[in-house]
Amino acid sequence: MAGKTLYDKLWHNHLVEQRDDGSALIYIDRHLIHEVTSPQAFEGLRLAGRKPWRLDANLAVPDHNVPTSTEERAGGVAGILDLVSRLQVQTLDDNCLAFDITEIPINDIRQGIVHVVGPEQGATLPGMTVVCGDSHTSTHGALGALAHGIGTSEVEHVLATQCLIQQKMKNLLVKIDGQLGPGITAKDVALAVIGEIGTAGGTGYAIEFGGEVVRRMSMEGRMTMCNMSIEAGARMGMVAVDDCTLDYVRGRPYAPTGANWDAAVAAWRDLHSDADAVFDRVVSLDGAAIKPQVTWGTSPEMVLPIDGVLPDPAAIGNPAAREAVERALTYMGLRPGMAITDIRPDRVFIGSCTNSRIEDLRAAAEVVRGRRVAASVKQALVVPGSGLVKAQAEAEGLDAIFIAAGMEWREPGCSMCLAMNADKLGAGEHCASTSNRNFEGRQGFGGRTHLVSPAMAAAAAIAGHFIDVRSLQETTA
Amino acid sequence: MKNFTVLDGLVAPMDRANVDTDMIIPKQFLKSIKRSGFGPNLFDEMRYMDEGQPGEDSSKRPLNPDFPLNQARYQGASILLSRSNFGCGSSREHAPWALEDYGFRCIIAPSFADIFYNNCFKNGVLPVVLDAESVEILFQQLYATEGYHLVVDLEQQQVCCPDGEVFHFEVDSFRKHCLLNGLDDIGVTLESAETIRRFEAGWRRQSPWLFGSMTVGER
Repeated sequence: MAGKTLYDKLWHNHLVEQRDDGSALIYIDRHLIHEVTSPQAFEGLRLAGRKPWRLDANLAVPDHNVPTSTEERAGGVAGILDLVSRLQVQTLDDNCLAFDITEIPINDIRQGIVHVVGPEQGATLPGMTVVCGDSHTSTHGALGALAHGIGTSEVEHVLATQCLIQQKMKNLLVKIDGQLGPGITAKDVALAVIGEIGTAGGTGYAIEFGGEVVRRMSMEGRMTMCNMSIEAGARMGMVAVDDCTLDYVRGRPYAPTGANWDAAVAAWRDLHSDADAVFDRVVSLDGAAIKPQVTWGTSPEMVLPIDGVLPDPAAIGNPAAREAVERALTYMGLRPGMAITDIRPDRVFIGSCTNSRIEDLRAAAEVVRGRRVAASVKQALVVPGSGLVKAQAEAEGLDAIFIAAGMEWREPGCSMCLAMNADKLGAGEHCASTSNRNFEGRQGFGGRTHLVSPAMAAAAAIAGHFIDVRSLQETTA
Repeated sequence: MKNFTVLDGLVAPMDRANVDTDMIIPKQFLKSIKRSGFGPNLFDEMRYMDEGQPGEDSSKRPLNPDFPLNQARYQGASILLSRSNFGCGSSREHAPWALEDYGFRCIIAPSFADIFYNNCFKNGVLPVVLDAESVEILFQQLYATEGYHLVVDLEQQQVCCPDGEVFHFEVDSFRKHCLLNGLDDIGVTLESAETIRRFEAGWRRQSPWLFGSMTVGER
């Protein structure tokens, strides 16, 4: 019999009931909750007279709507100026109180983007099933967990039953071998993977990221990779447990200790695909060939290396593909054949569940140190992923570097990734953004998003146009 | 949940691939704490000429005349025909809520994003996967025929064209059963409450570190 993949093992460990019709009941260990996708679920429980199945499986934190300006933030929930946003955050507080669910509230130092907070607190552990009403829950797979986003009906389902009804996915191994060049980060690898397999390439699959590049990657880098799985169409991405994982988890507030830690580690050591495991599909990339990536269009698969030029629709034979490129160029206000390096961002956003961890902020700070944001850039926002990331960055003096360069240092939250709070693009504005989606209007009505790594966003802020960050890094070295 | 058996409905086009959830319902409307009322803001950024705000009366806003749903021939449509990877992007269930609230009960496309596909079934909306060639045929017929109707039969797993042509589609039996009968998933799962409790007890013995207070310091 063939060995099992990591996904097979995690699935099997949580299988409550396999049904004849092909569906299965899967047990959920950790349910993370935020303010946007939970109010209707709590209301559903209330209407049906149901109670949460297991309180200690849940952890809530507001992130999508919270203001990031220090001034507005100082007033807590009551200080949120947008009344609709305020009501949503207040509703999360009220629901957590009413249902006795642990919440990290708005101005707690542990507050932040739910996908930063979970691993940081050790609320996400290897071997867990982790769900949240947010598609970027795939992030948590970096710890060797089975983690994916769910809709609000499933939020209610998990609250009420501690289970989900699932169909098993197929296994896709994305293997990145070789060694990344200097200045190339996990974000570039993730975008290169999406460029290779497309935004629907992972649909129906659970992705496991492997290969030498992933093995050498930090936990922050692995989280960035798994975070972007959903942009490749896969609800879940994951990485096998190794020493790097254990070193990251050890000592976190919710991580096991003493004998429990030893027992957990013994179990976690098995969380890798067996040598003879069979994947339904394998995609291989050469890490050494990956250059800094920049998206130019309105789908993450519309991505090019920094030395690329924009496609010419006239040269595309397939009518649907041609029309998609035409539409994207029109929306983005860009011309066929234009060099990526000629695109000039009006705003720069460094943050989001993809790239707001300490390593991301260090990479950006290293580029801007001793430099100034270009005069043509209206705003450069740096939004740490959590209060603890913020504190760490301040202890390292990164905030001073950003501020000296003319950037804004903000309070933690989702911010301009999806523009549910005051941080947004104006119509027609281009943004160098470390977030995950470049969809039409995503960062603001009529806004134009270019997805990049933190170092590349910082470089664009300094140069006033996209530029190969390696050319700036060489001059600092 | 509303059940879905047979739908004889007017068809409207959304003729592009990768229709994402930000297009279906832009983020500002996600601030609502209600489950209904999203219909007027379905495809908001394409449908209207201005930027919509939550709570605003959309009937007074300027419409984009080029957008199909604003054209007379598609008024009252309950079936949406689109291209591949429909519903990609976020897990927001507000997307199927908006489609359903507008009046769509069925979306036909060559492929769907996984989370969106799943969310549809929880809300009485049937996503139908047909191969790209069949979808192309339907688009041609739709553009050529004003008042173009299709009959979607979930029990038979068929889409029937006005000319009598029939396309078969696949749907897994559990989802089909729930949708045909308008069943509440939670109710179905709670029938297995004993099995869940047994599993949980065993899992707790095996992995005690996964259980315990969420108050820091109590573990």
